[in-house]
Amino acid sequence: MDERELRTLVGRVKQGRLSRRAFFGRMAAVGFTVPMAAQVLAIGGVSIAAAPLAHAAGKRGGSGELKLLWWQAPTLLNPHFATGTKDQDGSRVFYEPLANWSQEGELIAVLAEEIPSLENGGLAKDGLSVTWKIKKGVTFHDGQPLTADDLVFNWEYAKDPATAAVTSGSYINVKVAKVDDHTVKVSFDKPTPFWADAFVGVNGMIIPQHLFKDYAGAKSRDAPVNLKPVGTGPFKFKEFRPGDLVLGVINETYHVADQPHFDSVQMKGGGDAVSAARAVLQTGEFDFAWNLQVEDSVLTKLEASGKGKVQLSPGGNCEHIQINFTDPNKEVDGERSSIKTKHPSLQYMPVRQALALLIDRNGVQKYIYGRTARATANYVNGPDRYVSKNNQFEFDIEKAKAILDKDGWKPGADGIREKNGVKLSYVYQTSINSLRQKNQAIVKQACQKAGIAIEIKSVVASVYFSSDVANPDTYPHFYTDLQMYTTGPTQPDPQQWMRSYLTEEISQKSNKWQGRNITRWSSKEFDATWTAASTEIDPMKRTALLIKVNDLPVQDIAIIPELFRLGATAAANNLNARLSGWDSNCANLREWHRV
Amino acid sequence: MSLSYVVRRLLLAIPSLLGISVVLFTVLALAPGDPFGELMTNPNVPASVQLALRAQFGLDDPVYIRYFHWLFSMLHGDWGFSFASRMDVATLIMQRLVVTLAVLGSAQLLAVLVAIPIGILAAAKPYSLFDQVANTFAFIGFSLPTFFTGLLAILLFSITLDWLPFVFQSNLSQTGLAWWWAEFKQTIMPICVLGLFQGAALVRYVRSSVLDVIRLDYVTTARSKGIGERKVLMRHVVRNALIPVVTIVALQLPIVFGGAIVTEQIFRVPGIGSLLISSILTNDTPVVMGVTFVFAALVIIFNLIADLLYGLLDPRITYR
Repeated sequence: MDERELRTLVGRVKQGRLSRRAFFGRMAAVGFTVPMAAQVLAIGGVSIAAAPLAHAAGKRGGSGELKLLWWQAPTLLNPHFATGTKDQDGSRVFYEPLANWSQEGELIAVLAEEIPSLENGGLAKDGLSVTWKIKKGVTFHDGQPLTADDLVFNWEYAKDPATAAVTSGSYINVKVAKVDDHTVKVSFDKPTPFWADAFVGVNGMIIPQHLFKDYAGAKSRDAPVNLKPVGTGPFKFKEFRPGDLVLGVINETYHVADQPHFDSVQMKGGGDAVSAARAVLQTGEFDFAWNLQVEDSVLTKLEASGKGKVQLSPGGNCEHIQINFTDPNKEVDGERSSIKTKHPSLQYMPVRQALALLIDRNGVQKYIYGRTARATANYVNGPDRYVSKNNQFEFDIEKAKAILDKDGWKPGADGIREKNGVKLSYVYQTSINSLRQKNQAIVKQACQKAGIAIEIKSVVASVYFSSDVANPDTYPHFYTDLQMYTTGPTQPDPQQWMRSYLTEEISQKSNKWQGRNITRWSSKEFDATWTAASTEIDPMKRTALLIKVNDLPVQDIAIIPELFRLGATAAANNLNARLSGWDSNCANLREWHRV
Repeated sequence: MSLSYVVRRLLLAIPSLLGISVVLFTVLALAPGDPFGELMTNPNVPASVQLALRAQFGLDDPVYIRYFHWLFSMLHGDWGFSFASRMDVATLIMQRLVVTLAVLGSAQLLAVLVAIPIGILAAAKPYSLFDQVANTFAFIGFSLPTFFTGLLAILLFSITLDWLPFVFQSNLSQTGLAWWWAEFKQTIMPICVLGLFQGAALVRYVRSSVLDVIRLDYVTTARSKGIGERKVLMRHVVRNALIPVVTIVALQLPIVFGGAIVTEQIFRVPGIGSLLISSILTNDTPVVMGVTFVFAALVIIFNLIADLLYGLLDPRITYR
């Protein structure tokens, strides 16, 4: 099915000549899943029905206390300063955005009256603006109404460089104007296909103007309300002890009828992931535990106690191996891995091909990650609509050997292959994490069999994932031949995330290693495709471009995608918790209830 | 002993504290990592935000300037603010100090209550069965680190037997007696783990100290005067034997703090130990400085108390 056919079908649905059901049927016949087909309809200008609630509506309150266990506790409760998911989750108990992201990567209206679309006039045809209608009758916990002024204020607050808000990325490139008390218009400089960024999801939580207006810019730290949030959310603030505890009580005037179902919520923090899993799955002391980066075998054992179960939410996180295209062992102008050099062996395609064949992705998934990851050939693994079908992976040591033989890399006296004095001997680094060290060992073993020597290096996570300019062991320096870690888009759109292969983003001394292109792979074709996708407002064409954006670095083996990692959480058996891999775990707290 | 001695000791503590703060600050500045590392991996946070935050929090200044900044505000009573929670360090520490002191105090009390009777009884009849058993347990006790015994206790009492909770709750909803019962249930494990570890080491001190005294001539004299064995032990032996033990209890406090850091992490007790760990992990320098400074001050104070007590208990020792 090509673009033209898709268009005809969508057109027929719009005019009412083809039922949605029939449309989904046709799409399924050519391999599109239902959510994906729904998305094609949505981006084709047909609004989607509001996602059904996860349960039959109950009454407000009555479910008692909800006990959440976050093994890293929130340290602050201002969503614009949230340094990690823990702070975003803590803030989300009290604050809300205009819309949430569902598991399928679709928008669910929260503070918005409706989701903007071409049909309801919310989206401009030229892709230069989006108009949001705010739900009427919403009040903050102190009784003040939510209006368009609050949204304009949030934009001004977040984009002010003096505030140094971590959400600023979503606000600096847009303009927000009040249309009337309950309508705002977000405009863009250039056509913007991914318009649902400002005021949406984790970066979109709305803080009240009347409490923050005196504390914008450089004074932002002094706002007392930073630690005593007043939002529109399902729970009102009761107590906060940074790094330990967040307490909320039911908001009796919440803007959705019959919600929330819990009377109070507590988020306890501290400890470690395994004992957090234990407190939910084995002893039942808590209802829900977050971010369980634990071996699946351990989780399965704990689950056997029957008090709770593990919930997996797919987002877009990809554990992958990066290949250095520059020489990490040669220093040029005070930096190693300089773009003025080329890697002595990894610059050659056959060597990279052989390496890709030596990664036993199925083995790593089966023996280390279990249910919490899926072996993958792609870098972009979600949402479904952007996942390429053009790539496969295989694990074949003999084939790798044959490729190296053919290219003239012959085993030397020590069994390590070499050509013209260049040995296939690599340093392979990652952060210290028991899962990753096992993964390294599996790769090392296979490479040894094929005559490639691998030296394993593990760096403490707090160093590896830091931006310390002076430390050569951080991942952006990439002073080794290979390295491995997980990264993913934080929104159901890979555009921003795929900046990491742009030539202009190459991480080097001149930009203090702040660039996002770590492999230093560079391709004019990629740069052009990415740029085209960033302003292409035709959804079908853009999807095709984004799939190509994934395929280019994957097929040139700049990276070897290994696993699509899912978010793992634990929930008590009597808790119905709807999660989304594209939003905070607390995004749907209002719907959570006992079963 | 005189007041001037106390004043002199307190004045001497100032250079020690200064020295400690210089070393701490330098080590923290040299340690890798930075508080905004997490922003780095987020593709939606522009690099400029991190640079602006670093500038705003003064992280780009040279180390010595940062140190003097910290020192001067500290002298004004301003402990700085946490990078992670943007809250004043003093408030953050005060929130947690109470829990830590309660747990540590109870643990130390438990240690003393267990160690002194056992140590004395063991020394009264050296190499008897009781002594052997007490010794064995003491050796096991201080050879096993608290992070290990803590986990064992959780496995046994929380998971297998399901008697005690292993997540410490600082917001118990009960009132009155029920509150005390819940508080007892959740603190008994951390207190026992820490207290018995301390107690084990203390048993050995008490025993050897009593053994030293019990052989002295005046004890033999007392016995030959026909005073009952019990009285000899309590009046003549223990009084003198406990003098070094008192100092050891005070001097052991730094070790208790060390153990508390681990125990608080295992049982999720929101004390300053767990605050220290999370701040170290996020490179939250002002908090790390604040907490370690409190620890250093407590250690110095308890050292002084130990010295003073020694003088009080043993008139032969005088300080000038």
